[in-house]
Amino acid sequence: MNAPLQPDLAARAARQAEVVAALGAVVPPHILLWQPEEVTPYECDGLSAYRRKPLVVVLPETEAQVAAVLKACHRLNVPVVARGAGTGLSGGALPNEDGVLLALARFNRIKRVDPVARTATVECGVRNLAISEAAAPHGLFYAPDPSSQIACTIGGNIAENSGGVHCLKYGLTVHNVLQVRGYTVEGEPLTVGGLACDCPGPDLLAAVIGSEGMLMVVTEVTVKLLPKPVLARCIMASFDDLRKAGDAVAAIIAAGIIPAGLEMMDQPMTVAAESFVHAGYDLDARAILLCESDGTPEEVEEEIGRMTEVLSLCGATALKCSESEAERLRFWSGRKNAFPATGRISPDYYCMDGTIPRKRVADMLEAIQGMEGKYGLRCVNVFHAGDGNLHPLILFDANQPGELHRAEAFGAEILETSVAMGGTVTGEHGVGYEKINAMCVQFSPEEREQFFAFRRAFDPGETLNPGKQIPTHARCAEYGKMHVRGGLLPFPDLPRF
Amino acid sequence: MQADVLIPLWQDLVREAASRGERIRIHGGGSKAPWWAAAQHSGADTAEHTLDATLLSGINHFEPTELVITARAGTPLTEIEAALAEHHQFLPFEPPHFARASGGQATLGGMVASAMSGPARISAGGVRDYVLGASLLSGRGEVLRFGGEVMKNVAGFDVSRLLCGSLGSLGVILDVSLKILPVAPAETSLRFAMTQDEAIARCNAWAAQPLPLNASAWLPDRSGSSGKGVLTVRLRGARAAVQAAGAKLGGERMADTDAATFWTALREQTLPWFTPTWPGDSQAALWRLSLPTTAPALDLSGTQLVEWFGGLRWLISAAPASIILEAARQAGGHATRFRGGDARAPVFEPTQATLLRIQRQIKTAFDPHGVFPTLF
Repeated sequence: MNAPLQPDLAARAARQAEVVAALGAVVPPHILLWQPEEVTPYECDGLSAYRRKPLVVVLPETEAQVAAVLKACHRLNVPVVARGAGTGLSGGALPNEDGVLLALARFNRIKRVDPVARTATVECGVRNLAISEAAAPHGLFYAPDPSSQIACTIGGNIAENSGGVHCLKYGLTVHNVLQVRGYTVEGEPLTVGGLACDCPGPDLLAAVIGSEGMLMVVTEVTVKLLPKPVLARCIMASFDDLRKAGDAVAAIIAAGIIPAGLEMMDQPMTVAAESFVHAGYDLDARAILLCESDGTPEEVEEEIGRMTEVLSLCGATALKCSESEAERLRFWSGRKNAFPATGRISPDYYCMDGTIPRKRVADMLEAIQGMEGKYGLRCVNVFHAGDGNLHPLILFDANQPGELHRAEAFGAEILETSVAMGGTVTGEHGVGYEKINAMCVQFSPEEREQFFAFRRAFDPGETLNPGKQIPTHARCAEYGKMHVRGGLLPFPDLPRF
Repeated sequence: MQADVLIPLWQDLVREAASRGERIRIHGGGSKAPWWAAAQHSGADTAEHTLDATLLSGINHFEPTELVITARAGTPLTEIEAALAEHHQFLPFEPPHFARASGGQATLGGMVASAMSGPARISAGGVRDYVLGASLLSGRGEVLRFGGEVMKNVAGFDVSRLLCGSLGSLGVILDVSLKILPVAPAETSLRFAMTQDEAIARCNAWAAQPLPLNASAWLPDRSGSSGKGVLTVRLRGARAAVQAAGAKLGGERMADTDAATFWTALREQTLPWFTPTWPGDSQAALWRLSLPTTAPALDLSGTQLVEWFGGLRWLISAAPASIILEAARQAGGHATRFRGGDARAPVFEPTQATLLRIQRQIKTAFDPHGVFPTLF
């Protein structure tokens, strides 16, 4: 049965030997891994449903080694996938079976914190939270706070344009990075952005951020630091109706308030989180909102007062405002642990990441309820409600025949619904390998081809993280999806199956 | 004209120009025309065709509760700002109109293409920080939509922000979706007498504290040679925060109407500083230097106005371009000739060969036939 694979395996072994020899000529042997047991830990990122063993893993220690590896790979036309901590949830760092995995965890030095300029220059493998920890003695912090911030690296944040709870007020990675330095696919040094507010010409920095490692390999990042707020307080509001909770989100924004965080959990999520962290959540509530204010004590008092007023007018059935930092952290503990809490109530779950206009939150939740019946699976919901970024967690058991397939179909329908509601197929996790089919729904063939053309401006041979983010026309044809624009499918009156 | 009629006509124009090797000049409201023309290496003056982008005008979609507005690129900024003001919202980056100075009318497309932001840019962010999505007519004659109307969106490359600063080199911007913000409850402006170095140091020190500091401008005394001047700072935010910060910083509080007039005149370059009597030297140019905020005062001949806590230095000088460009580079930033001076000198100077190559390849990726002007 395995006989037909043998020529492929032999060819792969020969290619591996060729690549190892080429890399061994330019970097020291202790940073090269290629035995199966050595590369297995790198076969997936945080999305473990997809696994591939890379041809070779390289653990560079210097920028010169990064450049040398890229030059050698370019010469041999070998795909290169860069990887940070591997916490990504869309398979963005999924290795290429015929390629090199460039694991950049050793680039973990904080090179400079400049409290006067309010910047930090760090290597790409520095953890997100470590930047704020280094800035804290100066009363400063780095604002974007993805949930994995204790582990995820700034290089990975650049690749995915990561966000988090604070992004409603303080912006995403793209709003908080000044400059990236690194290497082109040819191994040439490249600096994008600068320490000044702007650079001449098209905004390449914005394009590199969120490019999922397909334009360049970033080795050093200079981020903006912000003054640390003196105080933060959080309101926990209960609602007996999903639509009232959704409307309250819109009402807060309409009242001219930009909270430091505005998150929503539905009842099943609240129940799961409460049994895990015992945060004191209202288990009778159909939805809970967490609304945070930060700033000076005067600002916080003013904003908390205004938010309380709006939430009451919107029909909140209970309101609790944190009276201490410990209580605030307790309010957030369930939200921050939503994923592990879900892991306790289901053998497997599939996390989605669409964004919709804020006002459609209740519509989406109702649509998801309908899909639960259609696919025979439960779904718990946690939202970055303030910016419409939803994370439905579809519960399934991979050991039950057909459940994984149903969960994937359920997830695909959620993303298609997001696009139809005027949103997008990924708000913060990235497209990676996981959502590449969903991109067929959001973008036309011409738009996808323009993405490829843009990518080739950096990487003509398309060897940096190939097969991610942008689907080919053939892939979309195989997926069988039509382009949805403005919520309208072509021939909307035709029945679909 | 209706978009569904106009855009196909423009597509035909682009395709025909591409097939004939001809070039198209995109003409907006003309408010930044002098700088715009100088910035484009080719196509601005010698193009065979002109495309009047102001024909595509109007607000497509404004949802105050979503903090999002989508409008056609030719829409005057005045129209957009008026619509937002009805709901007590605004464009936090304060785009300049340059209407009185230029006689033109700033448009949404021009705002994005020029990526110009006003005094609040240092604290509130720039145009690029508020762009959520855009439609583009590419050099292939294709209508392409990137980004969208939601705050968080990482699907595909961020082409809509890439358009910021593109000056029409990648195609015709057709419409733009912007994030907007509510008008802050309170603001106040304070004045302090100090030298430029002191102003830069003071602004950076304040900016590291949790203060609602929104904008700064340092102007030299009228004599221009004493090194003395006046720093004006604007506080903007929650009432209590503005009040507390005002008490903490001290200085001389400006009357609200005077402050509003001052910041508008600064943004619009109608302050007297921008039109000095320059003693008999026609080569004097207005330079825009974008620098790290902490760069010390530059020792260059002429007169300087400092915004953005030190991040933006306006310079009126007759010094050779090479000296000014090098001074900006040494300070960690770059200079662009904004108005006047030697028209033959390049406006932009990308320094890295690799970056220059990539910028040219990006241009080709969007406009393979060179229909639109080039920047580098």
